[in-house]
Amino acid sequence: MNSNHSITDLAMSYKRKIDREKMRILVCAGTGCVSSGSLKIYEAMKKLLIEKDLYIDIDLNKEEGINVSPSGCHGFCEMGPIVMIMPQKYFYVKVKVEDAEEIVEKASRGEIVERLLYKEPGKGLIHFSYENIPFYSKQKRVVLENCGKINPENIKEYIANGGYSALSKIFELSPEEICQEVITAKLRGRGGGGFPAGEKWFQVYNQKSDIKYVVCNGDEGDPGAFMDRSIMEGDPHRVIEGMIIAGYASGARQGYIYVRAEYPLAVKRLKTAIMQARDFGILGTDILGSNFNFDIKINKGAGAFVCGEGSALTSSIEGNRGMPRTRPPRTSEKGLFGKPTVLNNVETFANVPLIILNGAHWYLKLGTENSPGTKAFALTGNINNTGLIEVPMGTTLREIIYDIGGGIPENKSFKAVQIGGPSGGCLTPEHLDTPLDFDSLDNLGAMIGSGGMVVLDEKTCMVEVARFFMNFTQKESCGKCVPCREGTKVMLNIMEKIVKGQGTIEDISLLEEVAEVVKRGSLCGLGKTAPNPVLTTLQYFRDEYMAHVKYHMCPAGQCEAFKKYRIEDSACKGCGKCAKVCPTGAISGELKKAFMINTESCIKCGACVTACPFNAIKEEA
Amino acid sequence: MKTLTINGREVSFTDEKNLLEVIHNYGIELPTFCYHSELSTYGACRMCLVENEKKQLIAACSTPPKEGMKIKTHTDKLQKQRRVTLELLLAGHDRECTTCHKNDDCKLRKLASDMGIEEVRFSGNIKNIEVDNSSFSITRNPNKCILCGDCVRMCQEVQGVGVIGFAYRGADAAVMPAFNKLLSEVNCVGCGQCAAVCPTGAISVKSNIEEAWSAINDDSKYVVAQIAPAVRVAFGEAFGLKDGGACENLIVSALKTIGVNKVFDTCFSADLTVMEEAKELEDKIEKGLNLPLFTSCCPAWVKYVELKYPDFTKNLSTCKSPQQMFGSFVKDYYAKELGLESSDITVLSIMPCTAKKEECKRDEFKHGDHYDVDVVLTTQELIRMIREAGIMIEKLKHEPFDMPFGFSTGGGILFGSTGGVAEAALRVLDGEVKEFHAVRGFQGIKEASYDHKGKKLKIAVVSGLSNAKILMDRIRTGRSHYDFVEVMACPGGCIGGAGQPIQKNIGSREKRAKGLYDLDNKNQLCRANDNPMITKLYENWLGGVGTKKAHQHLHTQFRQRRRFESSIPLIKGSGTINIKICIGTSCYLKGAYDLYKEVDQYIKEKELTHTVNLEATFCLEKCTEGPVVEIDGELFTHTDKASVIQYIESFKETAQ
Amino acid sequence: MSDIKSLNRNFLKVNEIIEAHHSDPSELISILQEVQEEYRYLPEEILNYIAMAVHISPSKVFGVATFYENFSLAPKGKYIIRICDGTACHVRKSTELIVALRKKLGLTENKDTTDDLLFTLQTVSCIGACGLAPAIMINEEVHGKVTPEKAEMILEEIIKRERVNNEQ
Repeated sequence: MNSNHSITDLAMSYKRKIDREKMRILVCAGTGCVSSGSLKIYEAMKKLLIEKDLYIDIDLNKEEGINVSPSGCHGFCEMGPIVMIMPQKYFYVKVKVEDAEEIVEKASRGEIVERLLYKEPGKGLIHFSYENIPFYSKQKRVVLENCGKINPENIKEYIANGGYSALSKIFELSPEEICQEVITAKLRGRGGGGFPAGEKWFQVYNQKSDIKYVVCNGDEGDPGAFMDRSIMEGDPHRVIEGMIIAGYASGARQGYIYVRAEYPLAVKRLKTAIMQARDFGILGTDILGSNFNFDIKINKGAGAFVCGEGSALTSSIEGNRGMPRTRPPRTSEKGLFGKPTVLNNVETFANVPLIILNGAHWYLKLGTENSPGTKAFALTGNINNTGLIEVPMGTTLREIIYDIGGGIPENKSFKAVQIGGPSGGCLTPEHLDTPLDFDSLDNLGAMIGSGGMVVLDEKTCMVEVARFFMNFTQKESCGKCVPCREGTKVMLNIMEKIVKGQGTIEDISLLEEVAEVVKRGSLCGLGKTAPNPVLTTLQYFRDEYMAHVKYHMCPAGQCEAFKKYRIEDSACKGCGKCAKVCPTGAISGELKKAFMINTESCIKCGACVTACPFNAIKEEA
Repeated sequence: MKTLTINGREVSFTDEKNLLEVIHNYGIELPTFCYHSELSTYGACRMCLVENEKKQLIAACSTPPKEGMKIKTHTDKLQKQRRVTLELLLAGHDRECTTCHKNDDCKLRKLASDMGIEEVRFSGNIKNIEVDNSSFSITRNPNKCILCGDCVRMCQEVQGVGVIGFAYRGADAAVMPAFNKLLSEVNCVGCGQCAAVCPTGAISVKSNIEEAWSAINDDSKYVVAQIAPAVRVAFGEAFGLKDGGACENLIVSALKTIGVNKVFDTCFSADLTVMEEAKELEDKIEKGLNLPLFTSCCPAWVKYVELKYPDFTKNLSTCKSPQQMFGSFVKDYYAKELGLESSDITVLSIMPCTAKKEECKRDEFKHGDHYDVDVVLTTQELIRMIREAGIMIEKLKHEPFDMPFGFSTGGGILFGSTGGVAEAALRVLDGEVKEFHAVRGFQGIKEASYDHKGKKLKIAVVSGLSNAKILMDRIRTGRSHYDFVEVMACPGGCIGGAGQPIQKNIGSREKRAKGLYDLDNKNQLCRANDNPMITKLYENWLGGVGTKKAHQHLHTQFRQRRRFESSIPLIKGSGTINIKICIGTSCYLKGAYDLYKEVDQYIKEKELTHTVNLEATFCLEKCTEGPVVEIDGELFTHTDKASVIQYIESFKETAQ
Repeated sequence: MSDIKSLNRNFLKVNEIIEAHHSDPSELISILQEVQEEYRYLPEEILNYIAMAVHISPSKVFGVATFYENFSLAPKGKYIIRICDGTACHVRKSTELIVALRKKLGLTENKDTTDDLLFTLQTVSCIGACGLAPAIMINEEVHGKVTPEKAEMILEEIIKRERVNNEQ
């Protein structure tokens, strides 16, 4: 492509082609739905449409027809496989291969398959259009706009939907102007720290160096987070476009995307996208006839959470052990291969085309004053609607959990949300109405992190949750600096003692002492934030810790060590089934009389509870 | 001049690399395990933290000083932070301090006592890993490792060997050779610099004190000691004597007090080495053969060449090192003078060096059950023996070396410092000039050229093996040409050897070197050929420099060494014909891989896969003559496809 | 028989991989990943060979190979089952899955590969399929909302398929 206008021309021509589609059936091909068999549904539908001579796609020169296309993640993975009919916006959930024929059949007649529509739990409300489903109606999908709507494996669809038009605009501007636009938009890094992206770019721009790099951090390792995966899978070109713009603004010619090895589909989609972009003259030399050269390489991670840390990530790309290094120098001064490097995460880059296209002032209208824009969150745990969501910064926890997430299952009460993964902390019912943004969370001792949000109900033991995260960071510590390597080990030992019922009150003060040392003294972000889950649970749920160490009980009734099983005399019919399944012979008694559990030899496996036909065995915390 | 504020007082600074150095120059020694000015900044021990204006803790080692900075070094928060960090380290550390080699020199122990750590409140992390005693030079005890990485960076950055590295991660992280092999199974050259920087007892110098005692206490043994040049200028540091002051006469006295029969000077045999080596150099220049000539006094360097540059072993001087020449003339010549069998004599070396411990055990120096040099002690071990024996240094008389091998010229003394061997040789070659300043000093690579008999003699002097690597690559690729190259493995030469007392600061090496040059200045004689004792030895025993007899006793041969024992099976047939193709570095560069592909294809074409066993091996020890192939136990060099096929065919025929 | 062929093919492949990465030490991780795909683990000899071919020390290669969780120095199964034990899956009882699959395959915490080298069982911290918790990944395929029964069925299918393949 030679001129800056050609993207616009292409977009128009593709748009015209897409307009020939009478209807488009979108089959979700995100990791979630693929695992539930969505690709088979797609194949079946395509076959049917071809048989019926109804099939059309962007390259087919046909007057009109129905298109069926795989799409990126809709975010509502719990309901997968998801099939959406456009432009009617019918939203079918839990679709099976057997449903393919009926869907195609009815779609061709403009009819709806009512039984597959989403029903709101509890209320039984049926929603015809996905826009009316509470899960979506309260969201503001800007970065995820294309996810679920376009075929991520076809660059033309991205272009038809306005993709790469931001790129075609930038060459009229100077790199400083681009940096300035991003600075004005106050775009903050979505990977955790919230550092202003534009300033970072400008720092790199100002470095005198022949070689500079743009690195995209797609090593989303936080347990409970999959926003970046969905973007890479569902809209890979948006990330690429953001990276090229960053390259132009900072003076870099080479980009790297570092993707977790656990995301094979993301790697595949990105590879396809890069190849297509090269074919279209969007990557490589003389991009869009601008004389600007930029290309992207993909590096697959090899399984180390710490590589999400900037300097560990660059070290890993360089072929080394992913160990963080001391700073200064900053990555923007000496990053990858010792060269000035722009390092942002996937979601940050995905925001860039929007800012360039719509202007900083448009962007500033979204979100809060100091954290403009939206944020994608992965909503998981004890919540009705698990999935991927995007909301403006400043949305409250209440809106997210109750409006979008549909509340807590089984009408249990909300206890806490663990936000920001192993580096973050927890928020409690008292924070339900706090607007969430970088600064408010920081003030609460938590952090947005990469955006994992795990909802916990009343039955969750917060001490055990803290232990879980401690176990995670301890396992993922790179082992370089003393506070993190040795401190997390000691902290985990203490946490394990507490959940096993062997903790003492002194252990809690020791835990706090070590936590402070790890937090203040560690070399990198992973270590500095590793004590957060422990510290915030100690802050908000100290009484639970005390219950464990002082009264040897788990208030949530979750810690195995404190569980006791008891046979209720009145309910026991003396059938002896429990005694038969008990692996340690802890249950004894005479047939047709009430049995007894010897708590000394009981290992609390719960086998008897399942075996008892009369529900006579009770679990006590 | 810029200023910053430390604990409320203004402190000026200039070009210090980091805050830690500014604070050190100001007069406060912050604790650190992982900072060494000569190594890259690692920033892992987190002991040198200081508090900035924002009350944040920052690591002084990795923060550049900035004008107007305000820092504090000992706030309550910092004290607590350091104490708990130390306590965390101690929790995972084998705390058998009393029986530890490093004992008094252990930084961890010292800090724990300075900080008043009285209790370790965390438990259960002490490992129980087997100690690696396989090396002649060093002992590795992983249970005492605090993972500061000093040894790893020393081995990689300064010595360019990279034989130990970090492995695994998190709580399992450890320092070890590849595949957790023993040090004797990997390419360790035994320089011991890892032990010199190790703050704890995780890597320490292998002790031979027991053997020394038992020889001294064995009445049937006549113990003859030699003292290397560098030992005398470092020994005093341990007893609070003047840094760099020469103490040879005290050492002689101490050894005699312990019960050693004769104490001679390695500087004498250094003079002898110079005689032989200068001759060798002249011969080689004349013939234009195998230049440059490399010095071979440093056993770590010799092993480095054997392992990494096998094609250059022919360039190593065939002269034995001064230590080994000493062993030879004591056992082969002096024994007869004394009327003793060589097996009645124990040669005890006092060396600044850990690699000498391995050198004396090389096969070349073994005769039946006996070695030329029996026991090698480092300066540090000697100090420990003296302490063990309860000898009070201040009460010792100064005693001269025994004769005849206690007399040396200034040239022999210079062997202890980088540039010294080259200078001693130049003095002999030149005959007029005494001081050759271009080869002196602590620069890693020094170059000089001198006129010699109408020719330009190009010389390079190197210390630190990573510098040697740079030089070797230049020589190998033809970018540099030299006639004579002196290499000492340790930075600064033997005075910086790993067997010396732990260097208190960067300046101690300079002081030791100065001590040697002072001795040289005081010496009336500076040229080895002016040493009357040397002349006499040639007259009485060898019959002249470079004679056949001199070669028989004072020269040796170096060989290429096998680096890996392993091989990669490629075709597993019945084994009627066993073929091993070497794909080690040298052979690989000479096209061994292509050869393999061709042979492989041939075997398949001829349907020999059932009869042939094909393996790729890493070294068949004929590196200069590659590609090397072994067929049924027989080695073939300079092979190509045609020759290998011919061999296979002939083997096939004999087999049939 | 397959042994003979594969040894040779693997070694040729290793060299192709190294060449494709221009013997560049910064490509070490990619080289190791691709080599591991060939051998299903990283044999010591091959690591030594790689070290030599890309001009770095074996200790460095060993250091990298042991740092990352996905590399294995011991032979791994043909099918690598990764059970997600991330927060979301943990909350939804992934532990039960681990117990059930270990039992099914006769594995323990310290023994993660079956003797016939068909399966390796690992736990991972998150595979990003939190919406489908508990999730497992078999090689590159993700399975969501897995119950112990469903997991056993999946394994049965694989075993059956393998048996058929072997007979052919």
